[in-house]
Formats: sequence, C-alpha cells, structure tokens
Amino acid sequence: MKRTLFRNQLLPWLLLAPQLAITFIFFLWPAAQAVRQSFLRQDAFGINTTFVGLSNFQALWNSPEYLNSLQVTAVFAVLVTVLSMGFALLLAVAVDRMIRSTSVYTTLLVWPYAVAPAVAGILWWFIFNPTIGVMPYFLDAIGYDWNHISSKTDAMTLVVIASAWKQISYNFLFFVAGLQSVPASLREAAAIDGAGPVRRFFDITVPLLSPTTFFLLVVNIVYAMFDTFGVIDATTEGGPAQATNILVYKVYFDGFVGQNMGSSAAQSVILMLIVIALTVVQFRYVEKKVAY
Amino acid sequence: MASITLDKVGKIYAGGTRAVGDVNIDIADGEFIVLVGPSGCGKSTLLRMVAGLESISEGTVRIGDRVVNDIEPADRDIAMVFQNYALYPHMSVRQNLAYGLKNRGTPKPEIERRVAEAAEILQIGPFLDRKPRALSGGQRQRVAMGRAIVREPAAFLFDEPLSNLDAKLRVTMRLEIKELQRRLRTTSIYVTHDQLEAMTLADRLVVLNAGRIEQIGTPLEVYRKPASTFVASFIGSPAMNLISSTALPHLPGVAHAGTIGIRPEDLTVSATGPILMDVLAVEELGAQRLVHGQTGGERLTVTLSSNAELSDSLRLDYRPGSLHLFTAGEGRRID
Repeated sequence: MKRTLFRNQLLPWLLLAPQLAITFIFFLWPAAQAVRQSFLRQDAFGINTTFVGLSNFQALWNSPEYLNSLQVTAVFAVLVTVLSMGFALLLAVAVDRMIRSTSVYTTLLVWPYAVAPAVAGILWWFIFNPTIGVMPYFLDAIGYDWNHISSKTDAMTLVVIASAWKQISYNFLFFVAGLQSVPASLREAAAIDGAGPVRRFFDITVPLLSPTTFFLLVVNIVYAMFDTFGVIDATTEGGPAQATNILVYKVYFDGFVGQNMGSSAAQSVILMLIVIALTVVQFRYVEKKVAY
Repeated sequence: MASITLDKVGKIYAGGTRAVGDVNIDIADGEFIVLVGPSGCGKSTLLRMVAGLESISEGTVRIGDRVVNDIEPADRDIAMVFQNYALYPHMSVRQNLAYGLKNRGTPKPEIERRVAEAAEILQIGPFLDRKPRALSGGQRQRVAMGRAIVREPAAFLFDEPLSNLDAKLRVTMRLEIKELQRRLRTTSIYVTHDQLEAMTLADRLVVLNAGRIEQIGTPLEVYRKPASTFVASFIGSPAMNLISSTALPHLPGVAHAGTIGIRPEDLTVSATGPILMDVLAVEELGAQRLVHGQTGGERLTVTLSSNAELSDSLRLDYRPGSLHLFTAGEGRRID
C-alpha cells in the first residue's frame, strides 16, 4: 500500500518533468541570469566582472537613446495594434455578413499567420524596396519618393505594415468567433428598435465584442513589443537613425552586437517587468471588468 | 392601433424551398391572433415577414392602410418579443426599455414617463437599474414585454415568448399577456407550437401546417369544427381519436367518410353503446383518467371520471352530434 502510494507520487513528477525541465532551462534559468547580470558590469574582454548595483538601470534612465527606443516602441506598438485590429475587424464583419463560403474565406485569410516574422519582413522589404519594389513604383506615380533606408517615417511605415499584416489573420479569427457569438436576435431587436446598421454595430456589436477586443489588445501589444524582432531584423535593423529601434531589438543589438551585457540584461529585465504587468492586467480585467 | 392584412403571402428561400404559401389573414384592430402549428410549419417565418426581418417573396402585407413589403422593420410601427427575449445584455433594464424611444428621438421627459409607466404595469420598477443577467426568467420576460409596450406600437408580435419558461411560470405569464393585451387593446400576433397556449390566448386561431393555413377561427370554432384531420389531431388534449371508417362501419353517416373523429371526452361508458373497446392502459390524472384501448385494430382514447369502473373491455357510446367526419384522401371535414 505504502509502495503504491510512493509510486503514485513519483509518477506525476515524472510526467511533468519534461515540461518543467524545458521551462527551467530555457525560461527560468536565463531569466535569473538576466536579473543577475543586470547588476553586474563586465570589461570588454570578459575578464573582470564587478557588482554595480542599479547603475545599469540608472544609465538607461539617463540615456537619450534608450528613451528614444521606449518612445519608438510605444508608437510602433500602438500603430501595429490599431492597424491589425482595425483591418481584422473590418474583414471579420465582411465575412460575418456572408452566409455561404464563409469557411473558404476564413481559411484563406488565416494563411498569413503561418508565415514566419522574418519571411514576412523580407516579403514586405521586397515589395517596398526603393530600387526593385513594386510599391515605390506606384508611389512614384503619385509623386511620392519612397525610401525607407533614408526616411524615418517610411521605415516606420514599412515595419508597421509588415508586422500588422502578419497579425491581422490571428485577430480576424478571434473577431469572427466573437461576432458569431453575438445572437442574431439582438441585432434584429435593435433593428426593430429603430437602429440603423451603423448604430447597431456601435450600440450592440461593439459592446458585446469588448471581451474579445480587450483580449486581442493585450495580445497585440505583447506581439508588437516582443515578437516583431524578426521583422525589424530582416528589414530596417533598427534604422535609419534609431527610428525603428524598438526595445527588444535594442536588447539584442546592445547585447549581442555591442557586447554590453550589463546594459542589455538590464533592458531585458525591464521588458520582463512590462510583460508581467501586461499579463496581470490581462488576467485581472479580461474576466471581470470588460465582460458585461 | 391598426389592422393587419396578409394577402396571398408566400415565402420562397434562395435555394427554391417554399416555406409559406398563399396565406390570407385579415386581422382586425385590437384583435389577438395566434399562429399555431408544429415546428417547421412556417409560423415564425410568417411572423418575421410581418416584422420585416424576412423579405416577402409573394403577396402583400398591410399594416393599417400601408403596404409594408419594402418598409424597414423600424418604420413598420411594430414591436416584437423574441423567444430568447433578446435583451441587450450590456444595458440596464431602464436602458433596454428606453433604447427604441431614444433611437426615434423621443424627448427625455417623455422617455422617462413611458418607462416608468411600463415598469408600473409590469411591476419591474425595482429592477430598472439591474442588468438583464441579474434577473430571473420571468423577470426577463416582463422586461421584453416592457420594451414592446413603451413604444406604444400599432402591433405586438410575439415569437414563442413563453417557451423558455418552466411550466408553472408559463401559465402565469400567459394570463398576464392576455390581461395586458385586453387592457392596451393593441393588435397582436402571437406564434406558438403549444395548442393550449393558443386556445387560451387567442381571439382567433390560425392553424398552420407545412406553410399553409389549415383553418382560421375562434378557439371554440376550431375545437368544435376542425376543418381537417390535421387540425383535429393538433387542437385539443388529449388528441381527438381518428379512426378509419372501416373499423366502425355501423356508425351513422360513416359510409362516405374516410376517417371518423371522436374526442376522448365525447365518449361515455354505456351498456348499449355501439363501440367495443379492449382496454390496454390507464393513465390517472387525478380528476380524470385516460383509458387507452383498441377497437377494430385502431387505437382509441377515452376520458372517464376517476371513479368510473374499469374492466378489460368497455362498451362505449358517443354524445349525439359529436362525430366528426373527414374525407378519405385529404382528410377534409364533411358537414
């Protein structure tokens, strides 16, 4: 009896072990390393390491480059989120209105999500390439001289489009599901109550979609801040003149290219705190506040 | 207040399926009409065509003096109560009631007055600031009714409004709807599959089967003179006995009929009766008992008082004039 009990206690741990090992080796340990390193400073050759307290964080606070990156990230995240969610909602509403062939459209519209960020970046980089791209050719026809290599605005536009494009399909799926869970009788009741299509959309559909919208808002901000590394790296590499150097790219660049481990670690600790904050917001509010 | 006229109304869906055909109904101002029939008979489709939620493929629908075929639901001056109530979950009860008035640009004091009045009538005053999800089924039902009456429309349309309630509450709400309609005198169309609900509520019944009208009449007319075997078996509980005339050839007038109808309550035990029934099962209902049996190979049900004596076979007679005769093929009534 005792022996069976012992084996039963071991078995769950054994079953959990692979996942726990992965979590520990690839997530917890590096995270701890980052936290430790953020308090240290290494010399250029990695021979001397000294404890410097919070001075890495202090340096960031006083660095105009970091503050610029913070600002760039905020602008980038807001633009990507608004653009991808806006387009996704538009497409979802269009599909929701169709009676037939919904599944065909839905499947087609989901495809971009299967594209890797770096590939999406390259794709858009080609489309917008000032020398060989098709978009600059058209833009030239209306008198706009596109060049994301020299123009900050053009560079930001490019990375925003490439990042948002990839996320539209994900948002679209959730919006379609959300729209389909709004009972038809509510819209019919509103129609009888004298609300036109636009009014019905804003008075009935939008409020009932709010749980979905809020969930996607958090997911998209997280995506824009962290998962867009590939897009940036494949297109602008943070340039020109730091115009697209978002926080996560700066972590990589300062750490792996610039070899400033202490500062890079401090930056990733800050990013970690941002993710934790977003997750807490997600868990606390998505169920309670937004649900009607 | 308005009359409603349906003239040769039909509905054909995009795929070519016909849901409703050749429906003619004249509804007088203030009348309570109940559309009743089994599921899939087209009664809800018909109601939704009057509401403007379904397009009208054939014929014309008139509300008052206006042909409303191409008029938006909002402009038809009707209010609808849905089966699932369709209350706006993110709005308070007060906002739910006021929404239709607000959209029509009714002045604020007027909205408040009407909402207060409806709340008073339906006794939902204490819940005005709650959200629908904090209400019980019966309270939600009342709010849905309230949303209809604040608009003071020309007609109420009810789409199986009681079918989500439990049996006991259904009986109470049925009575409330009836009283409310009496009081407001608003023309009403009410859709249900429950024949008891139909009988108790209606000024006139419209019995539908497979998209067509079987019979229109007052509940008693329909009960006493069902126009077809379908109506005969659908209206009345327990259902009318429908027996092939070959099973009881010795009854008078049966020669030309295909089917004989006798209501279970029109049969009595009589030593000299013409029908001999073998008893198969007995259901006790308290005040009455239902006796199920067989005669000439056909099923037969009799309603007897609970103190009636039972044996393995019963000799039955029927009340004079209670035989209903129907034609063989289509089952139409023979008078």
